[in-house]
Amino acid sequence: MSIYRPEGIDDSYTNDGATPTPPPILPRLGFRGTVRWVWRQLTSMRVALMLLMLLAVAAVPGSVLPQRPVDPAKVSAYLVDHPGSGVWLDRLGAFDVYASVWFSAIYLLLFVSLIGCILPRTRAHLGAVRALPPRVPRRFDRFGAAGGFTTAAEPRVVADAAAAVLRGPFRWLPRFRVDVREEDAGTWAVSAERGYVRETGNLVFHLALLGLIVAVGTGQFLHYRGQAIVVQGRGFANAVVDYDTFEGGSGFDPASLVPFSLTLDDFTARFDPETLAARYFRADVTVRNPDGSERRESIRVNHPLDAGGAKVYLQGNGYAPDVTVRDGAGEVAFSGPVPFLTSDEVYTSRGVIKVPDVSAGEQLGMVGFLLPTALETSPGLWRSVNPQPNAPLLVLSVWAGDLGLDDGIPQNVYQLDQQGMTQATDAAGAPVTLYVRPGGTIELPDGLGSITFDALPRFVALDLRHDPSLAFVLAFALAALAGLATSLFAPRRRVWLRAKPAGSGRTVITAAALARGDDLGLQGELDRVLDGLPGAGVVPLAAEAGDITDNGDDLHDDDLHDDAVTAPEANR
Amino acid sequence: MNVADLGDLSTTLVWGAATAYTVALIAYTLDLARLTEQAGTAARRARETAHTTVARTVAVGPARTGGTGTLTPRRTAPGGGALPRRTSKARGIARTTTILGLSLQVVAVVLRGIAAGRTPWANMYEFALVGTMVAVVVLLLVLRRRDLPFLGVAVTGLTVLALALALLVFYVQADGVQPALDSYWLVIHVGVAITAAGVFTVAFAASVLQLLRSSRERGSAALSRPAWRWLDTVPGLTELEALSFRLNAVGFVLWTFTVIAGAIWAEHAWGRYWGWDPKEVWSFVIWVVYAAYLHARTTRGWAGRRAAWFVLVGYSCVLANFTLVNLFFAGKHTYSGL
Repeated sequence: MSIYRPEGIDDSYTNDGATPTPPPILPRLGFRGTVRWVWRQLTSMRVALMLLMLLAVAAVPGSVLPQRPVDPAKVSAYLVDHPGSGVWLDRLGAFDVYASVWFSAIYLLLFVSLIGCILPRTRAHLGAVRALPPRVPRRFDRFGAAGGFTTAAEPRVVADAAAAVLRGPFRWLPRFRVDVREEDAGTWAVSAERGYVRETGNLVFHLALLGLIVAVGTGQFLHYRGQAIVVQGRGFANAVVDYDTFEGGSGFDPASLVPFSLTLDDFTARFDPETLAARYFRADVTVRNPDGSERRESIRVNHPLDAGGAKVYLQGNGYAPDVTVRDGAGEVAFSGPVPFLTSDEVYTSRGVIKVPDVSAGEQLGMVGFLLPTALETSPGLWRSVNPQPNAPLLVLSVWAGDLGLDDGIPQNVYQLDQQGMTQATDAAGAPVTLYVRPGGTIELPDGLGSITFDALPRFVALDLRHDPSLAFVLAFALAALAGLATSLFAPRRRVWLRAKPAGSGRTVITAAALARGDDLGLQGELDRVLDGLPGAGVVPLAAEAGDITDNGDDLHDDDLHDDAVTAPEANR
Repeated sequence: MNVADLGDLSTTLVWGAATAYTVALIAYTLDLARLTEQAGTAARRARETAHTTVARTVAVGPARTGGTGTLTPRRTAPGGGALPRRTSKARGIARTTTILGLSLQVVAVVLRGIAAGRTPWANMYEFALVGTMVAVVVLLLVLRRRDLPFLGVAVTGLTVLALALALLVFYVQADGVQPALDSYWLVIHVGVAITAAGVFTVAFAASVLQLLRSSRERGSAALSRPAWRWLDTVPGLTELEALSFRLNAVGFVLWTFTVIAGAIWAEHAWGRYWGWDPKEVWSFVIWVVYAAYLHARTTRGWAGRRAAWFVLVGYSCVLANFTLVNLFFAGKHTYSGL
């Protein structure tokens, strides 16, 4: 029986000291021959090994260099700092390593190699699990594990008993596959093999990896994710336009979004009183389903909310000062909460209030900080000392002019485009800084109007994600884990036993066992089999040694040409 | 006694454990030196009884394992052979102090957990503490059946280094964790990751030993000096390789689980199961390197020495993942608390 083996695999039953045959001199290859040669190389162990090493090396730069999908701002900064090398690295795809041509090429080749190796192996294995265990070798004396004794039982009885022990108590799940046959007149031989599940596990592992990558790819194709900032007391609807950022796979259909809506009722934040480190965040929300039904839920870190077939994650939080700005004419030009982005663990938050809709005069912009618990550390120098809003203070500078919102160029809401604007200054020409506390109203300089700090609600950054392939990804990953463990820990063993009549009603039993790879439990397995035979433990083998080892024949069994032949110190 | 006192007591106990391990390290080294001496005597004796084959006197370790064939030393070192299992004072001291150190460390870890009010593995100090504890447990298990003082030297040496580093550089007060870490996955994912690292540590030591011995057998000039004579007394290459493989196989399965559990947790906490965060990248690299090791073992021409080098590379990646990635690469896994 020819078992498929990938080129270069050394996966035989332990083969001691065998020298590999020198490569034959090959005739010239034609086109088909070359294709076949390339395919054989690609599916060989050596190439698979090299691709694995390449994959490991190729993955490293992605952890050293900033990556676009993770942090595009850092990549831009890197490009500014390294004008020479940065451009070249960018051309090589070094800022998006895991989507680069070379990284993809390596893992795709690896998976092609895997398919080329695994499919024929699966076919061969399906054949092997139906085949009989290998024939009983003529001589047992050269095997690692061996044993035997003499008994009064009939050879046939011994062989059947051995077969029963080897098969184990469960008929439907035999431990060994067993073949019992009569060799010469009166001599019965048992051959048994276990551990087919080892190869099964190996194949399951590799096939599951294949399934995993397909599932991940499918998820990329169908997924969508969006981010939304939701201020306390307000909500958002699950529609593409309602998200601050939104991206979907090429197979995603925007019409498939379930139109639920969500309102942030309350937000709880707790911090360590001494270190001020974050300890607990909870967003209480009301989810309104398309059918009009409502439910109250809470979202915590590590506890996303299931809504509309998607998951909603709590990814960030901060303060959104609620302000009212009146223009020079006294008209309300802006009113509402403005999210300020948190920059440190005491929630020093930075933000911009843009007021384009003034009734008269120039557009207004205010840039500055929100300090949740403000403390004046030195005259004119304020900083936050606690993330909780114990003594909030808005510190703002004022700009007037053209906000540049009508240029059609998308703007960052957290940045003020100062190109068309001038900063308000006092009589001495120094920039004016406004300090506003909740409930307070302050006149803007130069008669530009006033600002009122109405309240300080919190906001949460929500991340909504749907990936239909998740269950498959998990299932394949767990299948891979189970297959891996089986292929590494299930022992693969062969046991042979011969019961030969020795005259005067006695039967000489000899047995040997062989393992694939290294196997500490091999002798124990054989001992268990022998202990289960009729007359076990009566006469030790040593007394009968002459009968067994001198059968004379050389090892010639076909199935054994690649099998273990080890030093003869093993006996019981 | 209040909670802060418990934290301080835990730290004191870690110092105690580090001291005990230092004594054990010295004892293992002395035992190794003794082994070298004995190997020298054996070599002399072998020269005296010239031409008698020493190769047949086998039996390093119990007779049963010697009997399974695959573990039989195939290549016997020049003038070497193996020695019967010894008993020595140094070994007794080494074993006792290792157990003492381990007991102190176990108590320290438990107290740390009580003081912090959570699972005691959430920052680098605690990773080092628990990781070395696992390594020492594996060491004691391995040494129960084998006479390998080198393994003791390597593992206690690494443990003392790691504990000193942890106490002097990584130390942070026992405290709660940030919301992202407040999950039962901390117990599972990080616990298994640390266990895997501990198992990899012992496997690494076994592979180093295998490479040293194989270099000596191949006649490396540096390793032919008498000081390295003890290498002739360690188990054969096949058995060392088998030991390293068995540990690495366990480590690899644990690591695979770590990566999967990490992905599930990331899905819960960050809304994606895989995002090429530096820690994820390095976990992937480690996984691929150990996968390459398992493949190399079964590739013709790569088994043995070459495969053992993969273990060294893989373990360097484990160390890099623990130190470099935590300290120097900004990512979502920067929980070192430093």
